[in-house]
Amino acid sequence: MSPLLDVKDLVKHYGVGQGLLGRLFGAPPRKVQALNGVSLHVGAGETLGLIGESGCGKSTLGRAILRLHEPDSGSVTFGGVDVTALDTGGLKAMRRRMQIIFQNPYASLNPRKPVGEILAQPLRLHRLAEGAALRERVREMLEHVGLRAAHADRYPHQFSGGQRQRIGIARALILNPEFVVCDEPVSALDVSVQAQIIDLLARLKRELGLTYLFISHDIAVIGYVSDRVAVMYLGEIVENGPARAVLRRPYHPYTRALMSAVPRVDRADQQQERVRLHGDLPSPMDPPPGCRFHTRCGFATDLCRSVAPLRRQLEEDRMVACHHFPEPAP
Amino acid sequence: MRSVALLQRLLHLVPVLFGVTVIVFLMMSLTPGDPAEIMLANQNATPEQVASLRHDMGLDRSLPTRFVTFVGHAVQGEFGLSLFHRRPVAAVIAERLPATIELSAAALLFALFMAIPLGVVAAVHRGGILDRLATVGSLFGVSLPGFWFGILLLLAFAVNLRLLPVSGAIDFAHQPPGLTGFLVIDSVLAGRMDSLGNALAHLLLPAITLGLPMAAILMRVTRASMLEVLRQDYITFAEAKGLGRTRILALHALKNALLPTVTVAAIETGSLLGGNMVVETVFGWPGLGRLVVESIFVRNYPLVQAAVLLYAVTYVLVNFVADMLYTVLNPRVRM
Repeated sequence: MSPLLDVKDLVKHYGVGQGLLGRLFGAPPRKVQALNGVSLHVGAGETLGLIGESGCGKSTLGRAILRLHEPDSGSVTFGGVDVTALDTGGLKAMRRRMQIIFQNPYASLNPRKPVGEILAQPLRLHRLAEGAALRERVREMLEHVGLRAAHADRYPHQFSGGQRQRIGIARALILNPEFVVCDEPVSALDVSVQAQIIDLLARLKRELGLTYLFISHDIAVIGYVSDRVAVMYLGEIVENGPARAVLRRPYHPYTRALMSAVPRVDRADQQQERVRLHGDLPSPMDPPPGCRFHTRCGFATDLCRSVAPLRRQLEEDRMVACHHFPEPAP
Repeated sequence: MRSVALLQRLLHLVPVLFGVTVIVFLMMSLTPGDPAEIMLANQNATPEQVASLRHDMGLDRSLPTRFVTFVGHAVQGEFGLSLFHRRPVAAVIAERLPATIELSAAALLFALFMAIPLGVVAAVHRGGILDRLATVGSLFGVSLPGFWFGILLLLAFAVNLRLLPVSGAIDFAHQPPGLTGFLVIDSVLAGRMDSLGNALAHLLLPAITLGLPMAAILMRVTRASMLEVLRQDYITFAEAKGLGRTRILALHALKNALLPTVTVAAIETGSLLGGNMVVETVFGWPGLGRLVVESIFVRNYPLVQAAVLLYAVTYVLVNFVADMLYTVLNPRVRM
C-alpha cells in the first residue's frame, strides 16, 4: 500500500545576508542548509513522530511539506498528488486536506478577531458553509475540542494557553483535513495542560481518522503519541522506524544519546551506559564534512570524518544512516 | 470602569494646564523688552506717555497680581485684548486658527499616505532596494530642519520652476466667500473650482515640509511593526488555510500592524503644532503659528499666553483621543 504522504530528497537552503564587506570582496553567498535531502513517508491513519534538537530543521520540514516554505528541490507526494508541482489554485484546494497546529498559541491566533471568526474564516474562504450552517459548524468544532459555544464571541487574549491551543486545533481541523502537521503543539504549555492537549489530539485522531506528523523535542511525548519515529540531526534524518523499536533499541549514536538522556524510573538496570554528547550543535551554515554527527560522536572514525554515511534500510521498516551501527556497513 | 478611567484622564488636564500657564506667564515676564516701549518706539513718546500706557495695560502691577487676574479671566474664557490689534485675543486667534488646522490636516494626510504604503512595502520586501531607499530616506526626513527644507522646496518649485506659489494661503483673485474660514472647504461649498485649485497649490509645499518628519517616523514605525506581525504564526496559518498573499497582508497583517502607527501618529500630531510656527513663517502662511511668532517679537503677552494655552489643551486632548482610539482598535485593551 502506498503511503498517504511521501517525501523524497527534500532540500531547503536559506540565503543569509552577506553584509557589506562580504559583498564588496565577493565572498561566496552563505547558506543555511535547513533541509539536506530529507526523505520520509507517513501511512494513512499513522502518527510519525519527528524528533531532534532545536535548530535541526524539524519545523522547516513540517512547513516545507505544506509549502509554507517553498522547498528548493525534492518532492512531496500527498495522496498520489505531487504537492510541489501544484499551481496556486491546486495548492489552495490541497490546503484543505493538509493543516498545521503551531507551537506558540499566543502567536498563532490573530488578536483582533473573536474566536468564532477565527474558526469561520477557513470555511468561508473555501466556501464550505455559510449562515446558520457555518455557525453550527463552528459551535460543533468548539465543543469537539472541549470548549463551549459561548466562547465564540471572545477574543484570544481572554483564554489560557491550553484553551488557546484548543482553539488552534479547532481552527486546523474545521476544514476536515486528512493530514495535520503538529509543530511542537505542547512544548509551550504547562505540563499538566500538555497531557490534556495530547489526549485531545489522540482522541481527535481516532474520531476523525487523522494522520499526524508530530514534531517535538520531547522524547516522552514522541514515545506516547507515535506509531513510527524519525530522528533528525542538522537537516537530515539519521534514523527512523517503528516507535517501539527505535526508542527501545536505538541504532544511531545520536538516537542513543537522546534516549540515554531520558530519566527513567521503571528500569532495574539504572546503571545503563550514559551516552554523552559533547559540544554544541554545529552551525547549519557550515555543516561538518562526512557524517554530520562526527564532531559530537564518541564512535567517530576517519571514515566518518570524510565520507557521509548512506541510508541503510534494515529490518522491519527501519533506516539508519551510520557507518558503524548496528553493525559495520559492508 | 472605562468611563472612570476616561474621567481620570480628563482630570489630568487641570494640573497640566495650570503648570503650562505658570510657565508661560513667567517666561514672558522674564524676557527683556517692554510692550509699551515697543508700541511707542517710533512715536517719540515721552516717559510719561509710556508710563501711562503701561498703567492702561496693567503692566505696572506686581507679577502675582497680574497672574491672578489673568487666571481669573482665563477660566471664564476671557483672555483680554490683543495689545496690538486692539481686539479680543480670542477673536484674533479664531481668525487664524482655520488656516493652521487646514495645514496640519494636510500635513497629517501627506504623512499617512506616504508612510503606511512605504512602511508595508519596505517590510514585505525587507532588505530590498525599496526598503533601503525608504530607510535611508526616512533618516533624511527626520534630520532635515523644516526651515531649510521648506526654503529648498520654495527655491525649486516656486522660484526656479515657477510651478507653485511662493507664499500665502490663496491669491486674492481666487478668495472664496468666507463661510468656515477653511479655504478648501469654503471653495468646495461655493463651488469655486479655481479657488480650490489655487488653495491646494498654496497648501502643497508647506504641507510636505510640515509632514515630512512625521512621514519618516511613521514609516519606520509601520515597517517595524509590520515585520513583527509578519513573523507571527497566525500569518503562517492564514497562508496554510489557503488565503492569498495580498489578502493576508491587508486583512491580517496590516490591521494588527497599524496599532503602533496610530498611537505614534496621534502623538506626532501634537508636535505638528510646534512645526507649524517654523513652516508658517517660511511660507508666509496666515495661521496661528506665525501669529504667535510675531506676537512673541512684540511682547504681545495676552495673545501669546492664550495661544500657548490653546496649544497645551490641544496637545493633551490629541493624546486623550489617541488613547481612546487605541482601545477601539485593540481588543486586548477593550474590556
